[in-house]
Amino acid sequence: MIRTPLRPLARILEARAKGENPDAIEHQNRRLRHEKMRDQDRGRAEGRLLVLGVCFFCAFAVVGARMGLLAVSDPVEPRAHAPGSIIANTRADIVDRNGRILATNLDTHALYAQPPHMIDKEGVIKKLVKIFPDLDEKRLTKDVMGKRKFLWVKKKISPEQMQEVHDIGDPGLLFAPRDMRLYPNGKLAAHIMGGSSFGREGVRAAEVIGVAGAEKYFDDYLSDPVNAGKPLELSLDLSVQAASERVLEGGMKLMNAKGATSILLDVHTGEVVSVVSLPSFDPNKRPRPAVEGDASDSPLFNRSVQGVYELGSTFKIFAAAQAMELGLVNANTMIDTKGPLKVGGHSIGEFANKNYGTISVSQIIEKSSNRGTGRLALMIGKERQQEFLRKLGLFEKSSFEIIEALGSTPLLPARYTDLSAVTISYGHGISTTAMHLAAGYATIANGGRSIKPTLLKQNGSNMGERVMREDVAAAARLMLRKVVVGKNGTASFAEVPGYFVAGKTGTAEKPKPRGGYYKNKTITTFASMFPAHDPQYVLIVTLDEPSENSGKKPRRTAGWTAVPVAAEMIRRVAPLLGMRPTIEPTGVAGIILTSSN
Amino acid sequence: MRSVIYVFTALGVIGLAFWAYRENYATQAVLNQTDQLHIETRNAHARLAILRAEWAYLNRPDRLRDLADLNFERLQLLPLHPDQFGQVDEVQYPVAPLLPITNPVDVSTMNLENDL
Repeated sequence: MIRTPLRPLARILEARAKGENPDAIEHQNRRLRHEKMRDQDRGRAEGRLLVLGVCFFCAFAVVGARMGLLAVSDPVEPRAHAPGSIIANTRADIVDRNGRILATNLDTHALYAQPPHMIDKEGVIKKLVKIFPDLDEKRLTKDVMGKRKFLWVKKKISPEQMQEVHDIGDPGLLFAPRDMRLYPNGKLAAHIMGGSSFGREGVRAAEVIGVAGAEKYFDDYLSDPVNAGKPLELSLDLSVQAASERVLEGGMKLMNAKGATSILLDVHTGEVVSVVSLPSFDPNKRPRPAVEGDASDSPLFNRSVQGVYELGSTFKIFAAAQAMELGLVNANTMIDTKGPLKVGGHSIGEFANKNYGTISVSQIIEKSSNRGTGRLALMIGKERQQEFLRKLGLFEKSSFEIIEALGSTPLLPARYTDLSAVTISYGHGISTTAMHLAAGYATIANGGRSIKPTLLKQNGSNMGERVMREDVAAAARLMLRKVVVGKNGTASFAEVPGYFVAGKTGTAEKPKPRGGYYKNKTITTFASMFPAHDPQYVLIVTLDEPSENSGKKPRRTAGWTAVPVAAEMIRRVAPLLGMRPTIEPTGVAGIILTSSN
Repeated sequence: MRSVIYVFTALGVIGLAFWAYRENYATQAVLNQTDQLHIETRNAHARLAILRAEWAYLNRPDRLRDLADLNFERLQLLPLHPDQFGQVDEVQYPVAPLLPITNPVDVSTMNLENDL
């Protein structure tokens, strides 16, 4: 590039000759040079701006195009980084404590129809009704012949039925894949399982949702894809549950009861090993809930947590234990149980108007004296009694993890008077479920620590706060043992050789819906624990309206009805729990001579 | 010098493009294979689930009880009873049958008993 000189000699000389200032030429040239440089710089800057602008435009165009593409394309699973999660996204299984399946999923199909695509509508209807006899032909005809473009024909079909529908060969019949919930054990533990049905339904898939029991309570856990490979482990034991159901069903029929329930609870962990409520149902074909009549007559009614009843004399041990805890009495303190005992204008009577005289606290439990526990309750006082029962968990709804337990709130007197305290001491005026009673007895059985019954498998001991001293619990257990083996014990049928059963009977008359009590309808309960010297399990057996008819008059007390059933259950179930019977020491060899001199 | 750098750069770009092209197709092949494997795994899981369900259904306590009752004559199975517990050391080891002595050996003290 040739630079133009600022002071070209020719022009300078010429200017000098004309007498002009030569500096003006230099200034002009300098200005021209600057203008040129400025123009050059501007051109370069404009070029750079253009390049940058194009770059930004391209970048934003790419981002925009990608966004648009993503928005209009179908969603696709990330293929490169997908771990095993896309393999199993079904509802989690439910298994028992040994890993045996209680609920699982099965692939099946639903059948739907698209009438506009059908070729031979009448033929299809006839053939479908032949394959599925429970279809309503009239309704199907109306739907298919009508204006509908889509209809579900069957929600679940078997592979054989699917093949038969394939054989019809009509293009208007289509299948949708479905996950079906299967309870392979049928009626076993039906009330715990509850049942399931379809939630939101699409052609490609349908959501399975729990409708009752543990299926509903743990719905969030079971339907979370994170837990698909991790089954829900329950505390139930399938063999024990099966044996319990069999024994209870037999007992219920023998005792002519209309319903029955049993709960077997581990006293250290609170695990419910078996819980039965009869009559039962098949969760695979869950019946519709009853809309009229008494809810408790429906097989769906779970007596173990929904049956809120007065449980009678089984509560007496709580009064005796509290009186001992407070140091008011000991097991041998003599209490006057002679009548009359009038509280708040009401006279407290005994069963069959008996009179036991002055007897020890231990004998009050053994003979089941209402006036005896009534006097203990008056010694304790209503405030302290409430506090104690609340600590045992008898005042609030059970924490047992099935949805029905949310309705297990105990019924308490509106005004807690002295009379309430006295009647509650022998189990009247307070209505609780068998599950509450099991938790209360577990506290006595495990040495005085509160227990929350649970349906989930636990690791190790799970005891709560201390409710009573260990020696008080031991003394209470001794009293309960005497109910079974004592001379006048009300539960003499409960003795199972080798298992040292301790327990308390309770017979309560059923309340009429409009007040008062039925004379010939009872709820009999046997609350027991075994073995008495070191209890491992608590068993509650309750029969609804039993009557034992082998004698002249029907017998409706717990000692004749619930107790033999419970004993048979312990005999069957204890070996399954791995409990070896303890051999009772035989009588000491007759010592005739102790010293020779 | 500069043109040499340009040539090498151009060759490098061509080489990288070729490499990227191959990697792209190799990745897609692996992804397709993975998809296939996922489908196979899913089917295997489904089969396993069905087998587990069938196993649970065939081993349901009701059916086992009925089978035990049906085959009582052959198997004589009864529910577990408390008196069936035992100690391991109560069980006798099976007595090994004595082998017949086929070739007796003469020993030095053989006649000792007779001598005494």
